[in-house]
Amino acid sequence: MKHAYTWSAILAVVLASTAGDVLLSRAMKKVGDVGALWRRAGLLTVAGRILRRPSFLLGIFMMAASFFSLLFALSWGDVSLVAPASASLTFVANAVAAKIFLHERVDHRRWIAALLVAGGVVLLAA
Amino acid sequence: MTFRKYLVLAGVTLFAAIGDILLARGMKQVGNVPLHGLPDIVFSVLNPWVALGIFFLLGFFAAYMTALSWADLTYVLPATSLGYVLLALIAKFFLHEQVSATRWLGIGLISAGVGFVTQGPALTRHPWHHDQPDLEAEPVGTRAEP
Repeated sequence: MKHAYTWSAILAVVLASTAGDVLLSRAMKKVGDVGALWRRAGLLTVAGRILRRPSFLLGIFMMAASFFSLLFALSWGDVSLVAPASASLTFVANAVAAKIFLHERVDHRRWIAALLVAGGVVLLAA
Repeated sequence: MTFRKYLVLAGVTLFAAIGDILLARGMKQVGNVPLHGLPDIVFSVLNPWVALGIFFLLGFFAAYMTALSWADLTYVLPATSLGYVLLALIAKFFLHEQVSATRWLGIGLISAGVGFVTQGPALTRHPWHHDQPDLEAEPVGTRAEP
């Protein structure tokens, strides 16, 4: 039962945080390099431009959902299992989602990285 | 990639690991939350360790958003996953969790993935740059670059 709770919570973390990451990445690419924008136009302009993005706000909501799922998972499992497992499964889901929704060029190097991390997750759970 | 950008990536890594550790410590004090007690999880933010963890995760979030503004999602995520090595070390020495040999091997594989992705380019395309006229169109003379 403990394992079922832990892994269900991990799955919830992965789904919510993949959606959140994709939405936030989309928002920040539209805002552009915040370092350059900050030096040029100031912090308020940067904050205003980020906060006006609907995809940013929706991304925050998904991140909050994943955060509370993570708290739930942490109350059941070890942190050295829960945190890497949820975050790196998120990374694999993100590689797929980034290719589909963000049109990032996920080349062989990035797929190998995804597989290595996925293998690492299996070992973490063993 | 400039030194400043690597610093931002290091910030993402460190803040995430420290934040997770603090959350874990706090949630162990809160104890197992049963499924029917799910609304109670909101009150776990009142635990000081959880609160401090959230503070660090806010720092992580600022650094993460900065990184995402100039690098691909599929670059930033693996590039900052060295935090798990840090996480395992802290979990072992401060939370006294058991980190078995297979978990260490898993952490090793994740680190190898980090090595692979950071050898590549950070940004593979600028799909939305054209709907950002104010960044491109502004005369160079008005920019206050240091």
